[in-house]
Amino acid sequence: MGIDGPWVLLALIGIMALLPLVAAPYVLLLMLPFVGYSIALFGFNLLFGTTGLLSFGHALFLGVGAYTAAVLTSKFGILSFEIILVAAALISALVSMIIGSLCVRYTKIFFGMLTLAFGMLFHSFLFKFYAVTGGDQGMRVLRPLLLGMEWRGGKTAFLTGAFYYYALTLFALTGLTMWRIIRSPFGLHLRAIRENAGKAAYVGVEIFRMRLAAFVISAVYGGIGGTILAVTTGLADPELAYWTHSGNLVFMAVLGGSGTFVGPAIGALVFVVLQDFVMGLTQYWRFVMGAILVCLVIFMPQGLAGTIELFFSRRGREA
Amino acid sequence: MTELVDIVLGGIFHAAVLFLVAAGLQLVFGVQKIVNLACGSFYALGAYFGITAVGVAIKLGMPPALFFPVLIVAGLAIGLVGLPIERVLRTVYRRDESYQLLITFGFLLMFQDAFRYLWGATPRTMDNVYLAYGTAHFLGVRVPTYNLLVIAASLAIAAVLGLFLERTRIGRIVRATAENRDMAEGLGVNASRIFALVFTVGCMLGTVGGALVVPSGAASLDMAVELVVESFAVVVIGGLGSMRGALVGALIVGLMRAFAISLMPEMEMLSVYLVVVAVLILRPAGLFGKATA
Repeated sequence: MGIDGPWVLLALIGIMALLPLVAAPYVLLLMLPFVGYSIALFGFNLLFGTTGLLSFGHALFLGVGAYTAAVLTSKFGILSFEIILVAAALISALVSMIIGSLCVRYTKIFFGMLTLAFGMLFHSFLFKFYAVTGGDQGMRVLRPLLLGMEWRGGKTAFLTGAFYYYALTLFALTGLTMWRIIRSPFGLHLRAIRENAGKAAYVGVEIFRMRLAAFVISAVYGGIGGTILAVTTGLADPELAYWTHSGNLVFMAVLGGSGTFVGPAIGALVFVVLQDFVMGLTQYWRFVMGAILVCLVIFMPQGLAGTIELFFSRRGREA
Repeated sequence: MTELVDIVLGGIFHAAVLFLVAAGLQLVFGVQKIVNLACGSFYALGAYFGITAVGVAIKLGMPPALFFPVLIVAGLAIGLVGLPIERVLRTVYRRDESYQLLITFGFLLMFQDAFRYLWGATPRTMDNVYLAYGTAHFLGVRVPTYNLLVIAASLAIAAVLGLFLERTRIGRIVRATAENRDMAEGLGVNASRIFALVFTVGCMLGTVGGALVVPSGAASLDMAVELVVESFAVVVIGGLGSMRGALVGALIVGLMRAFAISLMPEMEMLSVYLVVVAVLILRPAGLFGKATA
């Protein structure tokens, strides 16, 4: 049994479900951005790891999700989190259909640059149009109703209690759905496109439609992840869509191992915990994270999950 | 009319600096096939080091007229950091381009905090140079002489770079290596030395650009990440790997921004991205790029 299966994900979910019994609220608050990023990364990796398209503007969809939550809660007074999720997914899907139909005709560096341009287009819209988006101040995200119920108590109690389990359930559902998607014939099509697009087209894979579908699915995941991040911080701000934030997403995916299913989730976990740890040590945490990234690319390009998998498969062969 | 000249000159000044950074990006992409996200960091490095160099020049009692050459020399000198960075990049030349992008992203993060450590988080300005050169009359408007000097310097650098690549022996070797690395090596070219040279020159273009721009503005921590997207816009519009494209792209982006700032400030960067998207859809290889997949 390799590391690359849903059982690692299930084990992770099990541990996280028991975490509130032992861990401090601080740790639980750290788990929320991890869940948000993980969901976004499941989607991102369908595009990057499975289809072979590197998006350098994927934070755009985190921004779409976060601003959907902000606009619905603070402008329209719609507090139901289920409605917010559906709205974020629909808007992300709509936006990604338009952007995707323009982007997925290109591959490699052109795809990366085009997605980066669209991401920054969205960022400068958020940043400059104060009247609609609140500009650099961002927009407040009010506490949502979960399952139609209002949750009393302090902010921390809400986030580490009801919302924690809600987010964890979403994490489990989106993760297992992604596992099904990757194992489906559709996933096989995407892998075929990654390996050899010309050959895949020859045997009848509709490259454009498949790539677009992967782009839209990954955007929906990004939007859902964005709503979780926004509720956690209580704020949607333009930095969410900035290109360095997209860079961080790529960093997490490669850190965990983009060639594996659970890799990106592990990458998100390690990134969030590591960043928090290094920020506590020094104000120059970007330098440390940058140095880690450089070393990672040079010495461990398969990422954490990929390296462990490689280790096991080597041992398996020797035995 | 004078307002129009004002806007155009402002746009060309911005384009002149943008061209230098974009040319560095193009050179490195053309030869090494690496899109260098750290190009903005080189630009910021040049700016910060330029401030330090002029500070030293003032202490030594140099006359203000010499500050301009001091800035150029400072930019060229600090550009040598390209050499050690190229040594590290060498490990990923044969890898997938996502890793190449990521490693330069790592450098960008590291530079960001190196600047914070060395020069502090507050923006650093230097207006003594800008004022020292006074203003000139040009087509009925008063423009800072310094801006005209920068435009002239950028054009001169473009010309020297063009001559170097087209007319010299090393330039021919560089172009041959860009065309086909293995073939060039087969013919006895020391490709690693050419790579080191090209990356350092690319780095110097960025640092000189930064050193030249700083008297007219400020050196800040944001300038690196902001310039990356602008120079990306330039190379995408002009076409990846094309020097002529960098020149035209820089002019388009510089003028677009200048017009947007005076007509519709909220469209400042939005207009640039719209042009980028339009170019990528209509001519994905850029205005001067070679058609690729």
